[in-house]
Order: sequence, then C-alpha cells, then structure tokens
Amino acid sequence: MFQDILVTGLVNGSAYALLAIGFSLIFGVARIVNIAHTAFYMLAAYFLYAALVQFGMGVVLSGVLAVVSVTLLSLVCYRLVIEPVRQHEAAVLIATIALALIFQELALRIFGGSYLGIPSAIEGVANVFGIAIPWQRLLILGVAAGVLLLSWFLLYRTRLGLAIRATANDLEVASLMGMDVNRVAMATVAISVGLAAIAGVSVAPVFVVDPFMWLAPLVTVLSVVVLGGLGSIKGSVVGALVIGYVEAITVFVLPQGAFLKGAVALSIMVIVLLVRPEGLFGVSFEEER
Amino acid sequence: MLPSRTLALAWVVAVVLLPVVVPDPYVLRVAAMTCIFAGFAASWDLLAGYAGQVNFGHALFFGAGAYGSALLSLRLDFPPWIAVATGALIATAIGLCVGYLCLRLRGSYLSLATLAFPLILIGLLFAFPDFSGGELGVTGLRSLASSRIGNYYVAAGAMLVLVFGTWAFADSRFGLILHAIRDDELAARASGIDTTRYKMAVFAISAAAAGISGALYAHFMRGAGPSTLETALSFQVVIWGVFGGLATIYGPVIAVFVLYPLTEWLGSFSAFGELRLLIFAVVVLLVLLFMPRGLTPWIRDRIETRCPRCKQQNPAWRGACRVCGAGLHVAQGGPLQRSG
Repeated sequence: MFQDILVTGLVNGSAYALLAIGFSLIFGVARIVNIAHTAFYMLAAYFLYAALVQFGMGVVLSGVLAVVSVTLLSLVCYRLVIEPVRQHEAAVLIATIALALIFQELALRIFGGSYLGIPSAIEGVANVFGIAIPWQRLLILGVAAGVLLLSWFLLYRTRLGLAIRATANDLEVASLMGMDVNRVAMATVAISVGLAAIAGVSVAPVFVVDPFMWLAPLVTVLSVVVLGGLGSIKGSVVGALVIGYVEAITVFVLPQGAFLKGAVALSIMVIVLLVRPEGLFGVSFEEER
Repeated sequence: MLPSRTLALAWVVAVVLLPVVVPDPYVLRVAAMTCIFAGFAASWDLLAGYAGQVNFGHALFFGAGAYGSALLSLRLDFPPWIAVATGALIATAIGLCVGYLCLRLRGSYLSLATLAFPLILIGLLFAFPDFSGGELGVTGLRSLASSRIGNYYVAAGAMLVLVFGTWAFADSRFGLILHAIRDDELAARASGIDTTRYKMAVFAISAAAAGISGALYAHFMRGAGPSTLETALSFQVVIWGVFGGLATIYGPVIAVFVLYPLTEWLGSFSAFGELRLLIFAVVVLLVLLFMPRGLTPWIRDRIETRCPRCKQQNPAWRGACRVCGAGLHVAQGGPLQRSG
C-alpha cells in the first residue's frame, strides 16, 4: 500500500501540476477564471483517441496532433468568445462555463458517453527499487518533468516570459511600458491550454476517458492553485504534489476514501483560503483578496 | 404606465391563470419546476448581483433545504410544511456559517471557496450512504398538496412571495447598502456601515430563500438526490443570473422562465433531446456576445429611457420626462442643450 501511495501521488501530482500551472498563468495574466481549462484537457484526450484508435496514426504523431489542434482551438475560442466580453467579468465566467458545456456535449454526441480505453504508448511494467510501475506512468512523470522544465525556461529565461510575468504582476504598468497586453494574453492562453492538452494526452491511457472527465480535475486544480497561491508557478507545482499525495493517502487509507478525496482536497482549499488566502507562495494584494 | 411594469403585471397574471388556461399535466409540471428555480435564481441574484458575493456553490443552500426537509420528513416523520420550514432554517444556518467563513474573501477567491462547500457536503453524504441514501438519494416524500393544480399553486405562490420579497429587500435601504458593499467595501465601512453584519444578513436571507426553493423541490419531486448539490446546478444558477442581468432580481427570474421551459421543450423532441444542453450553452454564449450585460438590461434599454435629470425611468416613446419634464432625447456628452 505504501508503494501505491508513493506512485499514485507522484503521477497524479505531476498531472495536476501541468493543469494547475496553465490555470494559474491564465488567471494571473488575463484575470480569467477559466472553467473550460480542464475541458480542453478532456478534448485533448478525445483527439488522441480519434487519431490513435480511429485513424490509426502513430503514438507520437497523434499526441502532437492532439496538442496542436487543441491549442489552436483554444485561440479561436479566445478570439471569438472571450475577447469580445473581456470588459464584463461575469460574462467571461459564463462564457468559459458555456464553452466547457459545449465541449462536453460535443464529445458526448460524437464519441458517446461510454468509457473509452486508449492503449498505452509503452506497454509493460518497470521495476524501480523493487516497486512495479507501469511504463506509461513513468512516461507521465517524464513528460511532466520535461514540460515543467521547459515552461520554467520559457517564463524565466525569455522575453515573452518576462512580458507574461510583468503583465501578471501589474497589467496597467506593463501596458504603460509598451507591452501589447492583448498579444501577451493570447500567448498565455496558448501556453496554458497547450500544457492542459499535454496533460490530457499523457494521462489518457491511464485514466478513463469520458465526456465528464473534466469536472473532477477542475475541482482538484482549483484547490491546488489556491494552496500554491494564485499566479505562482512554484506554488502550483508544490501544491499539485501535496494535493496528489493527500488524495492518494485518502483513497488508500480511509474507508469510503474514493468518495472523500474531493472533499479532503477542497477542505484543504477552504482552510488555506481562510488562514492564508495568498497560498503558500502567492503574493498578497490587499484589494484583490 | 411604464412598459416594464405592464410586463411584470402581465407575467403575474399569466402565472396565476396558467392552470386555468392550459390544464395539461406536462405543462403544469414544467411550469412548477420553473417557478421553483425562479425563486432560487432570485435568491442568488440578491447575494451575487447586489452584494457582489459571487457564490459559485449556491446549490449548497438548495441542497441543504432539499436534503434537510426530506430527511426530517422520512427519518423523523415531520409533517411536510414543518419539514419545509425546518429545511429552510437549516439552509439559513448553513448560509450563516458560509457567510462567516467567507467574510474576509473577495472576488475570485470567494467564488472558489464557495464552489468547494457543496462538493464537500456531497463527499460526506456519499461516505454515509445509510443515512443519506448515497448516490441514489432519498425518495418517498409526500407532496405538499393533493392535486396537480394544488402543487402548481404551492410552487407558484412560493415563487411570487420569494421573488417579490427579495425584490422588496433589494429595493429598500438594505439593497442600497448592498450596492455600496459591492462597489467599494472599504468606502462603505468608512461611511459607518457595519459591512460584516450586512454581509452575514444577506447570506442568511439568500440561503433561506434558496433553502425554501430546495425544500419545495424535494417535496415536489418526492425525494432529494445528489443532483440538488451538484456543481451543474450551481453553474446553472450562475448562468441564469448573468444571462438575465445581474442586480435586477427580475432578470434571473425572466432568464429561468425563458431558458428552463426552452430546454425542457427541446428535450421533448427525440431528435433534439440529446442536444438540449448543447443548444442551451450555444444560446447562452450568443446572447452574451450580443448583450454582455444580460438579456433584461438590453431589453429595458430598448423600451425605456432614463431621464438624464431626475433618473426616473420613462417609456421610450415619450419626448419629455413624465416626472420633471426634462427633454429625454438630448445628445449625450455634447454641449448643454435646452429642450422640452
């Protein structure tokens, strides 16, 4: 059981980290609470299924196709739906909820409501320090680590990253310094949804794929992001691992734990909001709390 | 008479006369559900639209009312009406707790925290299936009235009381203070308003109204299930509120009266049945793109003009204000013009 907790927590935690960073970025830069974030993750899993199982393309090609097409789709959605209503905070919220519902219903219509299985990219089980771990889970870990490193490089070592962090820090001042905040927002949307799509593609063979698979991770990502601090990259990673392990412990140790794992993660979120609303690594702005 | 008041009166008459004109059981059932959800949407608007506490877990109060009254009826044999009242009281108590916990939170943080509460409650209900009925919920409640028309009038009467009650609250001094808290809480506090007390009060009132709706829903459906607490219902009420127009009370009510029968009607076609949520979402999206402030403010701007001098509403066809006589169609923003 101890090994199970160790592996499950790490794998789920890294998938949550991919989702949470994107969610946190888009909130920081554009102040959009993107309810459709995990719906893009769900879409990526379905696109992978279509390319891999229905059209019989290769694993790598299908994965890349799924990530690229979901990212492009997100940009189209942003331009057509979110940007026209950016001035109205409530309207943005509803627009993202409506988008998520539309994706869910489209997936339901096209692929049906049943659980779909996707073959693993690499079959078989690896033996690490006497613990049997399926290769696919190790792959998730590798992908997550690589992508996290890449996004760290992008955010902290490039001019675009500087612009994104500056906009997240203070939108008006960034705009005054001559940054095109709309284009920064577009780039952030692409990066954020791209990360979600990568998460969707890599976990699809391990988790079940169904049209409602976006709701549970959405709730978890919210608690991760709040725990780590909204807008903080480091916080999202640490928060994701903490929540991943807490969920794994709840499921394996408590009776009826599978029902309680969401409740436990959310209780952590509520406690963090009450005790330290800026989260573990977030910066506190008095007027934004 | 103002066009909007005429429409409101026509709506009340239509709600009261519906069973006489169309005694069809299916129509009555949909109409009763519409009424129940209208009261629920009005309660959300009081909290989110007026006080600015954008609650993403409003289903918590609805579910608390539903489960509270259902469990009291079934486990402790409470008579239905007392069960409804007690369910509403439970919801009020939960509303006070949530309000207390959320006192220091604002904006997105408040929305995220409130989103969590109903999901925590669902987790707890699922973990104790013997008490709560687990994923299937509890069934076997008695309905409040014996006949179909009676049940409709219970729902419609409760809805009218809830809607006009919240409207009266929102239009009073209390509502004005809520506006102030939403727009600038610090300034409100500096003006000597005990914002803590008002926020707690609005959470309690809103939760009570939502709890009554939930309890009526449980007795109308003769049971309560996890669907009364789900995120889907919380999102639904947010959609109704924003679609209709925030901080109006009548906006969300109209949104329910437009959207709920529409989705039910679409669901009755076998070709559209599975598409109804999709159509619902697309309609909401399109309306938002063209009327980002919501449906009712857009319509009201078309049929009424606001007097630039005394801020009274006037029918759109009048040339001069009905109260102060100032010209209504003066060019905005230009140099001062004298007319009327």
